[in-house]
Amino acid sequence: MAWFLKDRKRRKALRERLEIPPDAWDKCEQCGHVDLSENFDRALQVCPECGYHRRISARRYIEILADPNSFIELFADLRSVDPLQFEGYPERVSRAVKQVGPQDAIVTGYCTVTGFNINLGAMEFAFMGGSMGSVVGEKIARLATRSLEAGIPLVIISASGGARMQEGVLSLMQLAKTSAMIARLREERIPYISVLTNPTTGGVTASYAMQGDVNLAEPGALIGFAGPRVIQQTIRQDLPEGFQTAEFLADHGMVDRVVLRSELRDTTARLLRMMQGLPSAEADD
Amino acid sequence: MGTTAFNAEFEKPIVELERQIDHLKRLAADRQLDVQEEIEPLEAKLAALRHDIYRHLTPMQRVQVARHPRRPFTLDYITTIFTDFVELKGDRLYRDDPAIVGGWARLRERPVVVIGQQKGRDTKDNLKRNFGMAHPEGYRKALRLMYMAERFKAPVITLIDTPGAYPGLGAEERGQAEAIARNLEEMAALETPLVAVIIGEGGSGGALALGLADCVLMLEHAIYSVISPEGCAAILWKDAAEKERAAESLKLTSDDLLRLGLVDEIVPEPAGGAHADPAEAAANLESALAADVEELVKVTPDELKRRRTEKYLRMGSYLEG
Repeated sequence: MAWFLKDRKRRKALRERLEIPPDAWDKCEQCGHVDLSENFDRALQVCPECGYHRRISARRYIEILADPNSFIELFADLRSVDPLQFEGYPERVSRAVKQVGPQDAIVTGYCTVTGFNINLGAMEFAFMGGSMGSVVGEKIARLATRSLEAGIPLVIISASGGARMQEGVLSLMQLAKTSAMIARLREERIPYISVLTNPTTGGVTASYAMQGDVNLAEPGALIGFAGPRVIQQTIRQDLPEGFQTAEFLADHGMVDRVVLRSELRDTTARLLRMMQGLPSAEADD
Repeated sequence: MGTTAFNAEFEKPIVELERQIDHLKRLAADRQLDVQEEIEPLEAKLAALRHDIYRHLTPMQRVQVARHPRRPFTLDYITTIFTDFVELKGDRLYRDDPAIVGGWARLRERPVVVIGQQKGRDTKDNLKRNFGMAHPEGYRKALRLMYMAERFKAPVITLIDTPGAYPGLGAEERGQAEAIARNLEEMAALETPLVAVIIGEGGSGGALALGLADCVLMLEHAIYSVISPEGCAAILWKDAAEKERAAESLKLTSDDLLRLGLVDEIVPEPAGGAHADPAEAAANLESALAADVEELVKVTPDELKRRRTEKYLRMGSYLEG
C-alpha cells in the first residue's frame, strides 16, 4: 500500500484528551482574547481584555438590574397577530417564538432596585431583531400607564433595529403611541431612564429610547436613526471611525452617559433615588 | 395641465391622448379652423380614460402617483389654499432647512401655522430642498413653529410629503432620531389643534415627525409607509425588483390605512390624480381642512390632548391570552 493511502488514525482534539468541556473556554469576537467562559460570565459578558460588551438577553439584563428574585413579569400573554396578511410573517413569528420564547421583542414587568420599586422593560434583540410592532408598543404603553398610576419610575433597556416592517404603518404608529405615554410621564414628573444597548436604531431611537429624563448607553453600542449601510449607500463614502457609537452620541450631546454594564445597576439606582428624593442606598440600610 | 413627459408606464395612453388633443388645438389655431366638434369627443374620451386607469391602479402604481414629479407640493397648496402666508425660517439653533417650510397663514381668514416638507420641481430645486428629506434642523424648526402656534392659540396644519428623514452624516451627528423623538413627544402634548395631511409620500419616521395629530387626512393617491417598497424588498427578498410585491404587502394606500383606522379621512383627488387638476385637488383639501379645523377649535386644549393620547393608545393589533 502506498504511503499516501495509509489509514491514518484521527487525532483527538486536545480538549477531549484533557477532558475539558467544549464550552469551558470562550473567545472575544472583538479582540480574539481567549478566556474561561466563567470569566466572561462573571464580567456580565464583557470581554475581560478589551471591554467589548457582548449582546445579552433581555432576561440577563433584568437579572443584572433587579434585586434578586424581585422581578414579576407583566403582560406576558400578549401575542403578535398578522394584521396585514403580510407574506411570511406568521411563520417568522412562530420561528422566533420557538427559538427565543413567547415574549416577543420585549420583556416587561416590575421589580425592586436597591429596595425601591420600578417598572422595567428589556428588549430582546434575538426576537426578530428587537423590532417594534403592536405587541412591543402595547407592552411599553401599559408599563408606562402602570408607572403613571402607581407613581413608579420607568426604566427601558432598548436593543432594536426599529419598527417591524411586517406590521406596516401599525408599527410606525407605535412610535406615536409610546411617545404619547412618555409625554404623560413627563407631565406627571415620573422619572424615566432609557438605556440604549447594541444596537438601537430606527423607530425605537426615534421615539422612547431618546426620550429619557436620562439616556444611558453601553460602551460601543451602535446607536442611530438610519443604519450605517443605508447611510453609506446614500452618501457613497466611507463612514468615519467610531461613527454612531455610544461614545460618538455622548460626544454629540445625544446621550447623557456611557455606562459600563458592571455599573448599570448602581448608576440607575443612584439617579432614580435622587430623582425621587429618596435617601441614598447606603443611608437607607 | 400641459403635455409634458409622463412618469409611469400606465400614464402612457393618457399622455398620448393629451398630445393628440394639443396637436389638434395648435393646428386649429394656426389655420384658424373650428375643431371644437373633433375635440369634444376626444376630451370626453380622455376623461373616461383617466377615470378608468386611476380606478385600477396597483399599489406600486399608486406609489408612482404619490411621487409624481408634477404632483402639487406643499408650497403649491400653501399658495392656493391659504392667504397671507409669511414664511418663517430657521430652527434658532443651527440653520434653516429648506426641506421643510412653514409659517403663519390664513385658512378662510383664520390665522394658522402651516408647516410641510417641500420637494423640488427640478434638479436644482431638489438640491436645495434635498428631495424633501429633512435634517434634524427641519424638524426642530417645525417644532419651534408649533410652540409659537400654541402660544398664540392658533391651530397647526402640517402637509406631509417626504421619502423620509435624511440618512446622512450630519443628520446623524446632529441627532436625527432625537429630533423626531422630541417632535413626537411634544406634539402628543401640544395644547392646540393639530391637523396633518399626507399629500404625497408619507415616508416613515420622517413623515410621522410632522404627522402626530388630532386629525390625520390623506389625499386619495398619497401613500404612507413604514419603509419604502424598494427598501422593504431589498431587506426581505434581497431584491429591490420585488418592490411590487412589497408595495402590495405593506398596505400603504389611503383606503388600506383608513380601513386599519390609522388615518381619519381620505380627501378625494380629481380623476387622473392631483396633478391632472391641481385647482380641484386644492379645493377639495381646503374644504376638508376648514371643516376639521372648525370642529377642533371648539375643543378645550386639555380635552384635545386627552383624545389625542387615547387615539394613539388604541392603535395596534395583537392577541391577548
